[in-house]
Amino acid sequence: MQALLRPFAIKSSGDLARFGVILALVGLILFGALRYDNFLSPFNILSFLRYNSMFALIALGMAFVIITGGIDLSVGGTAAMASVVAALLSPYHWAAGLFGGMAAGFAVGALNGFIITRMRIQPFIGTLATMLAAYGTGLLLANNQSVSVSYDTGFTVIGQDDFLGFPIPAWIGLAAYVLGWLVLEKLPVGRHILAIGDGEATAGLMGLKVERTLAAVYLASGTLAGLAGVILASQFGAGQPTEGVGWELFAIASVVVGGTLLTGGSGSVGATLAGALLLAMVFNILNFENGLGWISLSAYWQSVIRGAFLLVVVVLQAKLMARHRAI
Amino acid sequence: MLLSMQGVSKAFAGVAALKAASLEVEPAEVMALVGQNGAGKSTLIKILTGVYRRDAGDITFDGRPVDFTMPAEAQGAGIATIYQEINLAPQRSVAENIYLSRELRRFGLIDHAAMRRGAEAVLKTFNLAIDVDRPVAHFDAATRQMVAIARAVTQNARLVIMDEPTSSLDEREVAVLFETIRTLKRTGVAVIFIGHRLDELYAICDRVTIMRDGQTVAKSPMAEMPKMALVRHMLGKELAAFQAMASDRDVPDRPVRLAVENAGAGVRVRDVSLTVREGEISGLAGLLGSGRTETARLIFGADRMQRGVIRMDGRERAYREPADAIADGIGLVSEDRKIDGIVPDMSIRENMTLALLPKLKKAGIVNRVRQDEIVTRYIRALGVKCASPDQPIKELSGGNQQKVLLARWLATDPRVLIIDEPTRGIDIGAKSEILKLLRNLADEGLSVLMISSELEELLAAADRVTVLSDGTSVATLPRKDLSEAALLSAMAHQVE
Repeated sequence: MQALLRPFAIKSSGDLARFGVILALVGLILFGALRYDNFLSPFNILSFLRYNSMFALIALGMAFVIITGGIDLSVGGTAAMASVVAALLSPYHWAAGLFGGMAAGFAVGALNGFIITRMRIQPFIGTLATMLAAYGTGLLLANNQSVSVSYDTGFTVIGQDDFLGFPIPAWIGLAAYVLGWLVLEKLPVGRHILAIGDGEATAGLMGLKVERTLAAVYLASGTLAGLAGVILASQFGAGQPTEGVGWELFAIASVVVGGTLLTGGSGSVGATLAGALLLAMVFNILNFENGLGWISLSAYWQSVIRGAFLLVVVVLQAKLMARHRAI
Repeated sequence: MLLSMQGVSKAFAGVAALKAASLEVEPAEVMALVGQNGAGKSTLIKILTGVYRRDAGDITFDGRPVDFTMPAEAQGAGIATIYQEINLAPQRSVAENIYLSRELRRFGLIDHAAMRRGAEAVLKTFNLAIDVDRPVAHFDAATRQMVAIARAVTQNARLVIMDEPTSSLDEREVAVLFETIRTLKRTGVAVIFIGHRLDELYAICDRVTIMRDGQTVAKSPMAEMPKMALVRHMLGKELAAFQAMASDRDVPDRPVRLAVENAGAGVRVRDVSLTVREGEISGLAGLLGSGRTETARLIFGADRMQRGVIRMDGRERAYREPADAIADGIGLVSEDRKIDGIVPDMSIRENMTLALLPKLKKAGIVNRVRQDEIVTRYIRALGVKCASPDQPIKELSGGNQQKVLLARWLATDPRVLIIDEPTRGIDIGAKSEILKLLRNLADEGLSVLMISSELEELLAAADRVTVLSDGTSVATLPRKDLSEAALLSAMAHQVE
């Protein structure tokens, strides 16, 4: 019995924050289900998953980066650039679009890893630079406009079709999260990533390969952003060089709401997913609220409300953790 | 022989840190490695563990010549290091920390259950029953240390290096640590024990290696090395003797300005009493780790005093933070200029008037004329050698940096100046200049509390010396009783 309950045991303040976000998500779902007729309708659930998978993918990569104590600001720009690359390659073969877009993300991730581990540039600065470069490259490749994808090679299937009744982007997201969970919880490298976030110097002295691990994490983050870009292009039928602005902040917010500490060394894949879904669901609920017809909130107000919601969650987490520490 | 290091040399930027140092350790023995700050102990250890590369010398471990290029290699060969700041990932669990980098696996995946069982089993051999799923940060320093040792044991370490392992432990925890070390010995593991508290060294170590100025100056079984001899080897003698600036000065019984009575806080400062009179230099001596700097921090309000009383001019004072002490006329020039003192990229002018800025401001704007006045006056008075007041302080020599720091505090017009290791990292010529300066300031009425680990310095400049040992003031020697022998014997004195 004790062994069964062990995964749920709260051993650290980080566990508490992660427990909190899952509770909040359940609460929000219950609220939506009780208040709006079509909230749990298949159409709403499926389109919610289809659209938000992109953000969940980026949040997953960001979670790993933040666990190491770093930050990756380039993911939005990378996704935008990857969507253009994918759209440009889609006429040749659907796989060319898919893997081309991912390769674009892989390249940015590799560059980030090189800049951070070899040139010893702060992640904030290094990825800020690659973010600007990625946006610029995307705009250059696209001639400053959106690039239509090919509808003949089946490239749009990736973003628009279903498999076993669920959107393909949701399957991709699910696979990525299962893989991410395996890596973080079940493979030694996951423990190393956490230990590096706890203190790079210490981790090095304990015999871990710090540089190689860090580079791999940025590589993964870039590749996931590339994949998100592919889904973006496929779903909306065009490579969008001007999309992706602010995605990195949304990802950071998801990770933080998911109880991952910005200082590194602590975090969970499952709670990151919950965090990403939670923030997305605030939008979804606001749309339903508008649909009720009593109030009408513009997109700007929605953004304000989401910001306020984020603040409330973070403050609550801080309070919970302070109390846990006091015990 | 398990480990033999011979003729090991290392220089940093042309400055020799190790000059043909040597160290030998037999299996299942506890070797004490002692020496002053900067004697080369940690450089020697870092060369052994692959953190630094040596310039010359031979190292054999377990009969084979070795040359580790990174810590992981030394660990793989069976040398584990437990650093002073205890190198563990604080947010990871005890079990994970013990197995980090060598995780137990089943079908390629981490076997958390096996790691949990293994961690519990190895900790049990040290009589430690704790929840190994909890983060390491959750436990006290002694337990964390035990976890680090357990990690070493599971790595099949043949040699465990402990860098000041008792520095943050209380007496009960030290006893537990020693029991752990004895357990290690029984299993044939050798230990290098770097420490400063003499009674601890004599309690646990079999042999001792003493280092000074980058060289190994003595090796001996612990039992054949009297405490006095050990201290003498450690401190050595600096040939350039200073002029005895205070010699035969008749110190009249002037009023006591600062009195500290039975001060204590935590385990580093147990029971310290000392006095500084008006216009005198009062020395504070003791071996490394005896609580000198910590005492200064208590007086200055940087750490909270838990026991005892501080009196300024006879009135009882309680400083809650340094600002209170400063307002009361106390200044502190700290030991490590690089960390606590100078702002390297700022100019001499700015560094000198940093503590004074609030007084120089009018409506938020710095009065440049008064600032210049003060800066010019102190540059001249203290003889700071610089191109201009706007030169970045990092371009100055150590002695001149120290003068700028002194000026910073003098400009606040203090009545008591605490100065920690005033001549550290300063060349000989500048040393006596700084001491002369302190002497002049004292003659003008300033009370100086000078912390120093250099006997010559204390002998030359101090009017009285209070000796600390293990956080306790064990002797106060007036000028007429000051001698090298008297200081050494007081320092070697151990509180029972």
